[in-house]
Amino acid sequence: MSALLDAFSVLAVSAGAFFFLAGTLGLLRFPDALTRLHALTKADNLGLGLVVLGLLPRAEGPLAALKLVAVWLLAQLAGATVTQLIGRAARRDGKAA
Amino acid sequence: MTISIAIDVGLALLVLAVAAWIIAVRDAFAAVVGFVAYGLLLALVWVRLAAVDVALTEAAIGSGVTGGLLLAAAARLRSSEAPAANERPGATLRVLTALLCAGISLGLAVAVLSLPDPAPTLAPMAAANLPATGLGNGVTAVLLAYRAFDTLLEKVVLLLSLIGVWSLAPDRAWGGRPGPRRVVRPDGALVFLTQLLPPVGIVVAIYIFWAGADEPGGAFPGGTILAAMWILSMLAGLVEVPAISRRSLRVVLVLGAALFFAVGLAGFFVADAFLAYPMGYAKPLILVIEAALVLSIAAILGMLVAGPPERTEER
Repeated sequence: MSALLDAFSVLAVSAGAFFFLAGTLGLLRFPDALTRLHALTKADNLGLGLVVLGLLPRAEGPLAALKLVAVWLLAQLAGATVTQLIGRAARRDGKAA
Repeated sequence: MTISIAIDVGLALLVLAVAAWIIAVRDAFAAVVGFVAYGLLLALVWVRLAAVDVALTEAAIGSGVTGGLLLAAAARLRSSEAPAANERPGATLRVLTALLCAGISLGLAVAVLSLPDPAPTLAPMAAANLPATGLGNGVTAVLLAYRAFDTLLEKVVLLLSLIGVWSLAPDRAWGGRPGPRRVVRPDGALVFLTQLLPPVGIVVAIYIFWAGADEPGGAFPGGTILAAMWILSMLAGLVEVPAISRRSLRVVLVLGAALFFAVGLAGFFVADAFLAYPMGYAKPLILVIEAALVLSIAAILGMLVAGPPERTEER
């Protein structure tokens, strides 16, 4: 059972790391502000979400697991808001083609 | 083992690279963004050094509040940035600056490398006397019991820095409100975040202050998180920035330092020394002082980020 959980952790965290990598690649390669933001949100939401999911079985208890989920939710909330604000600023300044 | 060494080396290289980039980049806004990332990386370094208290404070103050202050400064300087970039100091001055910086770095490196091994430490004594304070966190014991004098002065320095910012106010705005009037967009994303986040942030701030007695945390990171919630509310325009002449604001600003000082003075009469706590009352007194410090730190940091007053008080 524990070997199965470990395998799950490795798989989920690796998948999360892949999304972070892909998001960073998009941030560097995409042509304008809005598409770059789009790439970044994938790292924030899916990447961090998968990392948290992978760490859940390794949490010390239900409370620690809850804290991990809270971190993910807060990061999503902050990420979504900042993305909106940057997107609006980019559109106002005419940088988003 | 080798993996943790690889992480440490990678982290150290990353910190150095970001630091070099901050110096090399010519744009103030980009440099500030680099500085925030640098602060977060430093917080990770402190975690790797098992100094979680320092990491919390570095992330909150070094990266968060200082980043906000520097962003505000960069925005203020934007109009004069281009002309200032054209004024390059002379070659002699630049060479002298480089030599001075290199000399200081070299001196620091020599000092660190020539420390005796093991380095002199008071940590065992601090840990041995921990039960007398009733605290479980050695860092809090150092900050509020062993070296309380330093912490008291630090709070006075915070107040002085706020007075420094306020002294930049033009005469007609003295006593008024800092910053421009915010336009509230009721359906905006920022307002949504501001309605959702502060309840969570306030609970986290109180928890971090309360946990500081026995675990990493304390008044400074707690107060900073509280300040962040206040700054967010002011930015979104949901809370009006208070006028600096308001009595209640000024009371909160000096509350922490004043209470700390009063308890210190009382130490003369009940425990024979300035800032000494009477036997058995150390922990409750420290918690009361810290609670006041949380409020004062939050108020001071919030007003620091808000900047000097620019508007006269509308009646």
